[in-house]
Amino acid sequence: MSAPMDGTILHFDNLTLGYDRHPAVHHLDYVIRAGALVAVVGPNGAGKSTLLKGVVGSLAPLEGKIRLAGIKASEIAYLPQQADIDRSFPISVFDMAAMGLWQKSGAFRRFGRDGDRRVGEALDIVGLAGFEKRPIGTLSGGQMQRSLFARLLLQDARLILLDEPFTAIDSATVRDLKRLIRRWHGERRTVIAVLHDLDQVRADFPETLLLAREQVAAGSTETVLTQANLDQARRLTEAFDEEAAVCGR
Amino acid sequence: MYDAIFAPFVEFSFMRRALVGCLALSLGATPIGVFLTLRRMSLTGDAMAHAILPGAALGYLVAGLSLGAMTLGGVIAGVAVAILSGLVARTTVAREDSSLAAFYLISLAVGVVIVSMRGSNVDLLHILFGTVLALNDEAIFLISGIATITLFGLAVIYRPLVIECFDPGFLRSVSPLSPVAHYGFLVLAVLNLVGGFHALGTLMAVGIMILPAAAARFWTRDITHLLIIGVLGAFLSGFVGLLLSYHASLPSGPAIILTAGAFYLLSLAFGPDGVIMTRLRPRRHLEA
Repeated sequence: MSAPMDGTILHFDNLTLGYDRHPAVHHLDYVIRAGALVAVVGPNGAGKSTLLKGVVGSLAPLEGKIRLAGIKASEIAYLPQQADIDRSFPISVFDMAAMGLWQKSGAFRRFGRDGDRRVGEALDIVGLAGFEKRPIGTLSGGQMQRSLFARLLLQDARLILLDEPFTAIDSATVRDLKRLIRRWHGERRTVIAVLHDLDQVRADFPETLLLAREQVAAGSTETVLTQANLDQARRLTEAFDEEAAVCGR
Repeated sequence: MYDAIFAPFVEFSFMRRALVGCLALSLGATPIGVFLTLRRMSLTGDAMAHAILPGAALGYLVAGLSLGAMTLGGVIAGVAVAILSGLVARTTVAREDSSLAAFYLISLAVGVVIVSMRGSNVDLLHILFGTVLALNDEAIFLISGIATITLFGLAVIYRPLVIECFDPGFLRSVSPLSPVAHYGFLVLAVLNLVGGFHALGTLMAVGIMILPAAAARFWTRDITHLLIIGVLGAFLSGFVGLLLSYHASLPSGPAIILTAGAFYLLSLAFGPDGVIMTRLRPRRHLEA
């Protein structure tokens, strides 16, 4: 894995993202280093999910730029908060996880025995060994999330974006999935996760970006997650103003 | 037995031709129908069938009952409606269903106006209800050609198409092929509707596409099996429907679709995921 000389992977340059001209992320300047494990924290409506949508390119900036440094868009894996997945679709856990090998197999290339083996291993790692032939419609919420993590694992991405991956998931599943995130961190992959549980963030994420549309604080988790910063974040996330004036910055 | 089932096909070449036409339609249209039902677009087939009418009518206006002109017109009108509604859905706040409804209604109204400007009611009936018992060589080649293109086309876009149906957001995040899968699929659907309307008419073409596919869902939860059961069901419906129309002097297109409808109702009742098996004869739950 080659990184550029300064070891950064993602730059937000005066970035404003939003909907109908109303900013959800406002004039953000921040740099993510390659191999970082970053939590994005903030109240509802702070622009956390919007930021990830901007990184994967499904939302174009209203102003400023998102620069990828030494990484291609195809090397980014993204787990949305509400994946647009048809749970009634007649497909097995194995086939769903196997989609993660797209970069290797593409639309036409052979899948082969090596692919079978890797999918089996990934399902084993997320604790779904033996579930290969189950239709995804029969999975519980936690099992579904495990199988989505298996797909992420197979994507073998250098930058992994997770949007509230532990919402409505039991503690055993959270523990297993966090182990996977630590493993990715150990492999020098960059992981950015939107999270709400601050204890989880303090325990597992060395770096935090506290958003409230504006960047409130960022850097090492213990200096960011202070009561003063959290209070300020809550104040900053005001209601959407229909009559807001054009931003002069 | 022989007289009832095989004699009509042995004795009459128009029955053999009709059967070949049904085989080709089953191979091409029904797999398309399976994907339409999986994408919750079953009614899209119906809308697209209406959308091809003005093109076919315009072809008829220009060149009379010419297969080539009507086919070309139908394909152009259908693809235009598919692409326009897709573009509107992908670039504005409108959803695909509302934009498709808007464009197909405009298209259908134009078609009816064109048909009524020239031509008697008999011609209109011909367009709407097809001529499966009068398929000439040209028409059989057209339908078989479309079936061939469809099977090749589906083989090529199969992987992205399955992912596009199941998790379109994921496909967009890993590959630029999402629009290729989407529009490629819609073009194949239009081709099959155009092929189907020569044999069964615009209204009935949708039937052979959707009914066997919807019926297959009660028998299996596997996508490959869906395709196989759908195709077999469609061909069987064609075979039985033709016999029905022969022996009972029924119009052939509706007879085929009614048979497919019976296949659907039987599946709904007796398939493993049908009403009787799941409700009226519940099995005891398992241990784990």
